Amino acid sequence: MNKVIVKILLMAFLATLIGCSDSSNKVKITFIGPLTGGVSAGGLGGRNSAELAVRLRNASGQSKYSYELVPLDDECKPNIGVQVATKASADPAVIAGVTHYCSAVAMGTVDIYHKFGLPVIVWGAVLPDITYANDYKEIHRVNGTMINQNEVAANFMVERGYKTWAVIHDTTDYGKGHNEYFSKSLSPLGGKILGTFAVNAEQQDFTAELTQIKRLNPDVIYFGGLAPTGVRIRAQMEKLAMDQVFQGTSGIVSDAFIEGAGDLAEGVLAFREGAPTEKLPGGAVFIEKYTEANFNEPPEAYGAFSFAAANLIMDAIEKVGPDRIAVMAELNATNDHDSIIGKISFDDHGQNTVAVITKYVIQDGKWVVWEDSSYAAGAKRLTR
Amino acid sequence: MDLGFLAQFFVNGLVLGVIYALVAVGFTLFFGVLDVIKFSHGDVLMLGAFTALATYLGLSDIGVAPGVALILVFVAGIAGMAFVGAIVCKFLVLPLRGAPQLNTLLITLMFGTVIRESVRLFYPSGSNPKPFPKLLPDNAFEFGNLTLRLDSCIIVLLGILAIIFTQLFIQKTKFGLAIRAVAQDEETARLMGVNFKTVVLLTFALGSALAAVGGISTGLYYQEINFAMGLMLGLIGFSSAVLGGLGSLYGAIAGGFLFAALQTVGAVWFAVPAYKDVFAFAVVIMLMAWRPTGLLAERNEERV
Repeated sequence: MNKVIVKILLMAFLATLIGCSDSSNKVKITFIGPLTGGVSAGGLGGRNSAELAVRLRNASGQSKYSYELVPLDDECKPNIGVQVATKASADPAVIAGVTHYCSAVAMGTVDIYHKFGLPVIVWGAVLPDITYANDYKEIHRVNGTMINQNEVAANFMVERGYKTWAVIHDTTDYGKGHNEYFSKSLSPLGGKILGTFAVNAEQQDFTAELTQIKRLNPDVIYFGGLAPTGVRIRAQMEKLAMDQVFQGTSGIVSDAFIEGAGDLAEGVLAFREGAPTEKLPGGAVFIEKYTEANFNEPPEAYGAFSFAAANLIMDAIEKVGPDRIAVMAELNATNDHDSIIGKISFDDHGQNTVAVITKYVIQDGKWVVWEDSSYAAGAKRLTR
Repeated sequence: MDLGFLAQFFVNGLVLGVIYALVAVGFTLFFGVLDVIKFSHGDVLMLGAFTALATYLGLSDIGVAPGVALILVFVAGIAGMAFVGAIVCKFLVLPLRGAPQLNTLLITLMFGTVIRESVRLFYPSGSNPKPFPKLLPDNAFEFGNLTLRLDSCIIVLLGILAIIFTQLFIQKTKFGLAIRAVAQDEETARLMGVNFKTVVLLTFALGSALAAVGGISTGLYYQEINFAMGLMLGLIGFSSAVLGGLGSLYGAIAGGFLFAALQTVGAVWFAVPAYKDVFAFAVVIMLMAWRPTGLLAERNEERV
């Protein structure tokens, strides 16, 4: 009697397994980014954008496969990132991934994608080492790196007549990278860094560091880190009545920064690789489709990159079929591929060449391209 | 160093010190009456701040004036956490009276995790940092290089008043007398007709209410709260209480301010301010090696 029950259970179990793998024409792509936590605004915008790419592809009726996006949350924490990257990589149904907004997380997970042979395209993280530190064929990146961003930033600021800086950066790979590349770009131009302050990204109180900076009295505070920490520093500058110009990096180019800092966001500068979404070759179409899809969150600064990465993957799968190795080879050969962010070409490290760097300033509660702003026109002035 | 900057560092440290002292006093109260360490204290502080925030959001929906809202926000946070503190005591701490103290420590540690994860999962998008409303006037006074903000002054004043109130309550009221009696000798206090359970519950409510004041002050000062804020504050508060001498009220206050001073000095001294916590905790370790019972060790005959 017992044996019969065991047999029935076993058959039911097998049937479930077969049932699961039955949808074999469904191809899974994973999306990994911070969906909760302080920088989740960027991650949710990226997820929605990738989801939009998948929906549009499925609705087009011209694709050979039906696609499914598997969004996973890395919380912008390396340890969580490693867990979800392993989870995605270990699922044979997942063919490729659109992965990571946070550089510190991407640095931790590239080894995993390499080990499991999962081809991924980074959509937001900007640390150069993600593509350049290893020779992993699995890793690609559609957005640019922080090297160019900081060169342009240093040039621009020196041209505007600023002479002295204090640098605050978080102690993750991301913050340290920004500090390194900005300092490197600034010194040949004659700019002087009066003090460098490495801080914990989770830290709440910055009054001691800021009082030190107030003593040094630089023209500009350069901040290499992400939006939540940036908001705290900007708010606490106000507590100490500091009038330094606040210069951020691509990590604060997000509506979340403006929401968090409120009125204090006015006149904050930041630099980001790639043209602003509305000025991209396919930007208008992307924004139109995104608005139509009625997502709860805006696409944020890197949404278009996530959209382009998802499409690049689906193009490759259409061409060579849902096979990780074939897709990886196809991605590596990407050259002059049309996308909404312009032509995508990967070098031998899988890095896309993005030449344009956009300078931003916050004006009336919006990120405005510097050249279009009242600040450039002379109608408004920065605090120094 | 310019006097203005020196004063600025002092003011920065003072605000931190008041918040740490509020947390440390809670730890010392619990240890005083029951010889237990309640590790959910930091998370109760966080819950107090979230309760206050939720109350404010509710009140602003029905259009209550900010001044009234400020008072109600404090009332809700304090009353809520006093209740939570008493509940923790009744269901988690008192039933474990006979068990080794380690069990109390563990069970409260786990309860703290429950609170933290519950806020993260069940508060609307609770894993994101929440902007805390600006309810205090933000006038600033400039004295040379010192910028003194009215809101910082109010927070310091409020914290000090809360601690003074606690001290007076314990020293001058009948309930306070009962708390001190239980702290000194539970058996004898019972024989003298002290209602042991009520006294213990009240002490936990009092300590947790102070944590709520600390949590709301943190929110008002930084204009931001998050679900994990209690972790570090709890740890620092506990260290401060131990540094000052667990069981001693003045010790906890001194410990809180000392810890804030160490952090500020660390941030000023080191080229890399990220080391300030390493420095502060390292000094605490050294002080503990020198005075294992804390700087103001509790005298055997008088606790709390």
